[in-house]
Amino acid sequence: MPLNLDQVGRIARLAHIEISPAEALQTRDRLNAIFALIEQLQAVDTAGIAPMAHAVDVSQRLRADVVSETDDRRAAFQAVAPETEAGLYLVPRVIE
Amino acid sequence: MINASLKELSAALAGKRLSSVELTTLFLDRVERLNTTLNAFISIDRSKTLDMARAADVRLAAGNAGPLTGIPLAYKDIFCTEGWLTTCGSKMLSNFVSPYDAHVVERFKSAGMVTLGKCNMDEFAMGSSNETSFYGPVKNPWNTGRVPGGSSGGSAAAIAARLAPAATGTDTGGSIRQPAALCGLTGLKPTYGVVSRYGMIAFASSLDQAGPMAKSAEDCALLLNAMAGFDSRDSTSLERPAEDYARDLDDPSQALRGLRGLRIGLPKEFFGEGMEPGVRAAVEAALAEYRKLGATTVDISLPNSGLSVPAYYVIAPAEASSNLSRFDGVRYGYRAPEYADLTEMYCKTRAQGFGAEVKRRILIGTYVLSHGYYDAYYLQAQKIRRLIANDFAEAFRHCDIIAGPTAPGTAFEFGAKSSDPVQMYLSDIYTISANLAGLPGMSLPCGFDAGKLPVGLQLIGNYFDEARMLNVAHRYQQVTDWHQRMPEGLSI
Repeated sequence: MPLNLDQVGRIARLAHIEISPAEALQTRDRLNAIFALIEQLQAVDTAGIAPMAHAVDVSQRLRADVVSETDDRRAAFQAVAPETEAGLYLVPRVIE
Repeated sequence: MINASLKELSAALAGKRLSSVELTTLFLDRVERLNTTLNAFISIDRSKTLDMARAADVRLAAGNAGPLTGIPLAYKDIFCTEGWLTTCGSKMLSNFVSPYDAHVVERFKSAGMVTLGKCNMDEFAMGSSNETSFYGPVKNPWNTGRVPGGSSGGSAAAIAARLAPAATGTDTGGSIRQPAALCGLTGLKPTYGVVSRYGMIAFASSLDQAGPMAKSAEDCALLLNAMAGFDSRDSTSLERPAEDYARDLDDPSQALRGLRGLRIGLPKEFFGEGMEPGVRAAVEAALAEYRKLGATTVDISLPNSGLSVPAYYVIAPAEASSNLSRFDGVRYGYRAPEYADLTEMYCKTRAQGFGAEVKRRILIGTYVLSHGYYDAYYLQAQKIRRLIANDFAEAFRHCDIIAGPTAPGTAFEFGAKSSDPVQMYLSDIYTISANLAGLPGMSLPCGFDAGKLPVGLQLIGNYFDEARMLNVAHRYQQVTDWHQRMPEGLSI
């Protein structure tokens, strides 16, 4: 399971976190220490055991498919955004 | 007044011996004097707080008050509080003024509690020492060269130093119980689903729970009564009949019976090596006290508990990697000042906005969920989670409640565990399994070690057994006074 620098780079790209080459080395070593901890799980026989995603045995609650929120909170939500215009959020151009 | 219980404060307010404004001012003044040393609070707003106190006084005068009206409460900075900064201890949210209140905040406001401020915490709740906060570490009031525990370190330090009579915390792997233990307080993590997570910034959604932190079980029961209950806005909130968590505490027949008939299970895995001698001595003394109260102790085993830390460090980072993907500089929070394109904006924002521990956990989570690794790691961890929950189910056939140390040691020195993340992770070795199983857990103070640092006793109950756990803690607190001790030098 120990990672190499390429794998660290790949995971960082997937996670959208920029890592400098210097950071990548330290990160790789730290991550490998944690993976060594996790490795213990591999030796356990879990044949026939159902995975547990949730503490209590309940299923997702559903509601009627009708509009329930009537206040317009756009102004309040946009007030905390880095850049907005006309009710939209501004980001660098994606499509040429 | 700074040492008074919530019941005593409520009586004083109802009896007009002091007003909410006077009481709140008392605590605000202490915060002003001591926060630069302890760094327990990230945000204080005297004027907003006193406005709330004035409103509480109006309710008190109108006879429209409840048992918590007019009492100040500190919130861990993970709860969205409308009009206040909610930072999660991170640069990523250092400019985020929440446009809404968390469900827990709404409930305390309607109970008339006064928002004292927002408490410091490990960044995004990831940590066991409050050393990862963007706002700097919190100091343990019992020894300012040592950590208060984490991630609810600010909440714990605030109560221990009597800057606040009560606080909210959150617990994903022990983050209420472990700081409560290290700071000599009582803290409770309810059964998963009992307290709504709406407006509580998510770390690991299948593990996170909010809970009360205070000086006693009696105080925690009052707070839990206000916090608990169904909320349709949290899809994991459970619909159950309302409960009075304090019902056993005042019951005279409970007082008469003591704890006769109570079977306390002691997992052999929680009493093995790795426990500091001072912790062991205090916990054994507490168990002796419980036997005097009439309880019997039973040896039990939780055979898979050794896998709880590794399983947690697959599941929690996996869920965190998903939850923290929303922090991208688009709709709220920090945005990198320079970038060439959208991808670079995301990557630089997240590189600059998150601290090292948070980034590490996101990377671990991303890896274990990625194609080719999901079955081997995440799915395997979830199966082990089932084994751990099954161990508890089996144990509860032989006992009513489980007890042991909350943490393997007492408050450690700053930097002692930060060079090796795995060392830090092992601080949660006794608390994590309750989160994985979704069971309620509590810590209460049971003594001090040779260095005069607090030791916590942990109780783990069966699902929805909070009322009994609080009673079991309360009976002990009626015959001991560990929970009333205060750090020296802070009594001014």
